[in-house]
Amino acid sequence: MENGSKFPLTRWSVIDAARSPDPDEQGRALDALFAAYWKPIYKYVRLRWNRPVDDAQDLTQGFFAELLERGLLSKYNPAKSRLRTYLRLCVDSFVMNEEKAARRQKRGGNVAHVALDFQAAEGELAGATIDAASIPSPESLEEFFEKEWVRSLFALAVEDLRKFCQERERERTFRLFEDYDLSGDPDVSYEKLAAAYAIPVTDVTNALSFARREFRRIALERLRELCASEEEFHREARAVFGSDPQ
Amino acid sequence: MKFLSDRALERLRQSADLPDLVGTRYQLLERVARGGMGVVYAALDETLGRRVALKVLDVPIADSDFARRLNREARVLARLEHPGIVPVHDVGTLADGRVFYTMKFVEGQGLDKHVEAVASLPDRLRLFLRICDAVAFAHAQGVLHRDLKPANVMVGAFGEVLVMDWGLAKILREATEEPEEDPEVTIIRASATEGSAAGETQTLQVTGQGTVLGTPGYMSPEQARGDIAQLDQRSDIFSLGALLRFLCAPPASETGSSAKWRRDKSLEAICAKAAANNPGSRYSNVSELSADVSRYLDGLPVSARKEPIFEKVARFYRRHTIPILLIAAYLVARTLILLFFHR
Repeated sequence: MENGSKFPLTRWSVIDAARSPDPDEQGRALDALFAAYWKPIYKYVRLRWNRPVDDAQDLTQGFFAELLERGLLSKYNPAKSRLRTYLRLCVDSFVMNEEKAARRQKRGGNVAHVALDFQAAEGELAGATIDAASIPSPESLEEFFEKEWVRSLFALAVEDLRKFCQERERERTFRLFEDYDLSGDPDVSYEKLAAAYAIPVTDVTNALSFARREFRRIALERLRELCASEEEFHREARAVFGSDPQ
Repeated sequence: MKFLSDRALERLRQSADLPDLVGTRYQLLERVARGGMGVVYAALDETLGRRVALKVLDVPIADSDFARRLNREARVLARLEHPGIVPVHDVGTLADGRVFYTMKFVEGQGLDKHVEAVASLPDRLRLFLRICDAVAFAHAQGVLHRDLKPANVMVGAFGEVLVMDWGLAKILREATEEPEEDPEVTIIRASATEGSAAGETQTLQVTGQGTVLGTPGYMSPEQARGDIAQLDQRSDIFSLGALLRFLCAPPASETGSSAKWRRDKSLEAICAKAAANNPGSRYSNVSELSADVSRYLDGLPVSARKEPIFEKVARFYRRHTIPILLIAAYLVARTLILLFFHR
């Protein structure tokens, strides 16, 4: 489930699906949300609430159980806030309540089958751009949560793209995409890649063009699922892909 | 699942945001601006070897309201061939599914920025008259702009004045082609238009019957009410009135100091008539408005204001100072001579 197999588009978004009377559809909605949000939420709990690893793991799993049990998604009003903001506030409220009631041990039952790579998330947190030792401002935490959410969304889209390329026997296309766009190496160039793969530069250009186009399409599909309305989708698409207006 | 570093994240964002121009005659040069519906890039038309502006939608949904509106904007521009309106060259769909169109690349700046460097009120009014020319032409073609504001007027490096951003335009009547329907209700709020002044109002981009579009402060009351059926050229005249007020505001450096920027009652009256709340009280067409501004520039009475008699006399004196002084001097001399000889 970690990769969050893509939600079948029988409904426009996970919000619609989560409100469906069909339990299967509800479950799939939660899966899609879980895949995109568990890492940002785990990292947020660690930083915002300064929780040790074990506590943060329990709280992350517990939060999604709570989401289902209390039908929090059906209470979400897209006119009032973005889904991302709503979930973050729900996490805050959940952690505060857990602190008071110390009911943490009871939680996590419904999603215990999910094997989450908390170790990887912890490793990623070590390189976080926010200083865990300082007292972060609400703005920086919001920014952090948003960035981690985009990272999670893009990571899912990259994984989808890998499978997509595999199915079409275009593994080399994906490797070129990895080497150029995912490596973070500032010295990589089309010419160097062409030489390394012993192909013409135009092949590199075409492969990267294909991979980026598909990546964008897949990421937007994922994003669309996670938005409650077309308006929110457009707004989020701008926020995720468009740079800030100059 | 692969961890994406911050650098990879940024690279992905940038590369996925860039339009995929494979299979087109254009080569991407640089990002120029962001509008409500998408991004404008500078691109090279490799066939003709010229620089063009390429406007591309944010999302690859060819049948969305956004895509329909962008297509529509291109078609509206195509029928408006006027030196004051940016010409469109091409329209199509990119390989990544996003709709685009290309238009003339204008090097210059938005009126909101440009006006800071124009210190003379008459020069500003002459700029306004050129905007009126373009809008009057569009009205003659049956097209309303519906989002006239300083940020949507471009002043080129050679002084050319261009009315931009016809994305919200409404076609009042069809000259030849298929009927043009107003797009359905779409997005509520778009980002502030690039190049707009700090604190500039934002564009509300909702169209359709009973819904709102335009920019608060420049949008007519009937437009703000979403009374789309009632919109006619007087709605743009309201926006022009607001634009005229903006142009008549003194530069920050001169506020309260210079007599030449003192509020002029005739100019105030023109603004008030153009931006009257009641459409029936406004100028009935743009030509009337620009004629009044021209009369003001020539020192003539304006139709928007009935002058008191003393102002008429003062105006007559200002316009004919030398002959009046000569006649007065002659009469004084004549009187003195008569008095001298009758003594």
